[in-house]
Amino acid sequence: MRYAMAIDTKKCVGCSDCVVACQTENNVPEGFCRDWVTESVSGTYPQVEIELRSERCNHCEDAPCVRCCPTGASQIVDGGIVIVEHDECIGCGACIESCPYDARYVHPEGYVDKCTFCLHRVTEGLQPACVSVCPTKCMYFGDIDDPNSEISNMLKTRKQKTLAPEAGTNPHIFYLI
Amino acid sequence: MKEEIFISGRNLPHIDPHLELWHWPISLYLFLGGLAAGILFFAALVVLFRKEDKYIGAVKYATIIAPIAIGVGLLALLYDLSHVWYAWRLYVTIRLESPMSWGAWTLMLVMPVSMLWTLSYFKEYFPKWNWDFGFLSYFDWIIDFVIYHRRVLAWILVPSTILLGIYTGILLSAFNARPLWNNSILGPLFLTSGLSTGAATIILMSKSHAERRMFSMIDLVLIGIELFLIIHMLMGMLAGSQVQHEASLLLLGGEFTVSFWVFVIILGLAFPAILEIFELVGFKVPAIIPALLVLLGGIMFRFIMVEAGQLTRYLY
Ligand code: SF4
Ligand code: SF4
Repeated sequence: MRYAMAIDTKKCVGCSDCVVACQTENNVPEGFCRDWVTESVSGTYPQVEIELRSERCNHCEDAPCVRCCPTGASQIVDGGIVIVEHDECIGCGACIESCPYDARYVHPEGYVDKCTFCLHRVTEGLQPACVSVCPTKCMYFGDIDDPNSEISNMLKTRKQKTLAPEAGTNPHIFYLI
Repeated sequence: MKEEIFISGRNLPHIDPHLELWHWPISLYLFLGGLAAGILFFAALVVLFRKEDKYIGAVKYATIIAPIAIGVGLLALLYDLSHVWYAWRLYVTIRLESPMSWGAWTLMLVMPVSMLWTLSYFKEYFPKWNWDFGFLSYFDWIIDFVIYHRRVLAWILVPSTILLGIYTGILLSAFNARPLWNNSILGPLFLTSGLSTGAATIILMSKSHAERRMFSMIDLVLIGIELFLIIHMLMGMLAGSQVQHEASLLLLGGEFTVSFWVFVIILGLAFPAILEIFELVGFKVPAIIPALLVLLGGIMFRFIMVEAGQLTRYLY
């Protein structure tokens, strides 16, 4: 089983509902966020193109954050989800330095925190909070090892990209373009 | 042209708009680790070559600084941990993949060895002390034991100090997310710089002219190697991928150009090298000046690399 997310940049309107849903669901402290929306503008006026991306931890297959963690607090659990075990984290920041996507932050309580793909919801068979609230239904979450899952079908039929694949992390958030 | 902004109002402390999580404690930690490694490496070599009588400053006096440097370095690291009450976790696991982990273990090995080393000279620091007095006599056999086994300590120190010195560079170079750090030269470069600062400390602590001259020569060679490695590093980055190319420009025209060239290259390497050459050919130069400059260059180099590296990243 390998969880992944596909996000349709053509459908996203940048409303940031996913961000608020995550903050509420996961008790993210004020001023912090585990996911965010990036507006990427390319070209010169009048030939400009805007891409909207809801971004978060990429739950990388070759996660440098897990590799660099001296205590094993950062770890990969079933389904390829990368988590931080708060009680094992010493707050050295090595994982933050090692993440090419700046997807982690230091929680005010001292440990490092980040997106968990809503592991607590996923184990109950629910969708991650961000996916479940998206008003345009532009996010697909599921098992890419299952060829018949919705996300597998999306990835089969749509053109896609990952962010900074040259960083060698093998990211598992796919952007449909 | 490409422009990216967060439209969900993300502004994470120490991470946005650009990463600045690691600060002076980490730079200091890397500097002191390298310094201690340098001092102990030379002290161990002197003992292994049985030249203790000739290089007293190296084996006896400079080495007092090593455990202090490591202690202060570890305190700086602890100060930087945001979840510090869990710091013991560092020493219940060994993860060879994580430089932070094996480096912390190397420090834990070198620290007590360096303390035993200074203990073995304890009687010589206080020659007038009456060792038969009361409880002090209990320590006597420990001291005699470490004096007797000094060569064993030296054999442990040679590989472990090289590991420690190289670790101070690998800690940074292992982060592929920060293109300025992510080059394999940084380990050997920080090792050389650490050895050079170690030699400089020995020059500062030595009273013998012959010893200072010897370590000035060693330092000169190390400075040469360092300059060579720095040029190599920059050439490699200039010829590398776009992110590496951009990273190198921070030191070649960008934000850190002046501090890097003035403090590291000119004041920290070129100028002390010239002074040391003058001294070796017979001019009178107070040995303390090039030594202090090398130390200044070494610490500035760590500061600049730690700060500048965090400005570099992958763009997408
Ligand atoms: S996106 Fe960053 S935090 Fe998430 S798995 Fe990859 S490297 Fe780790
Ligand atoms: S901050 Fe915590 S999770 Fe990150 S590398 Fe250090 S110990 Fe591991």
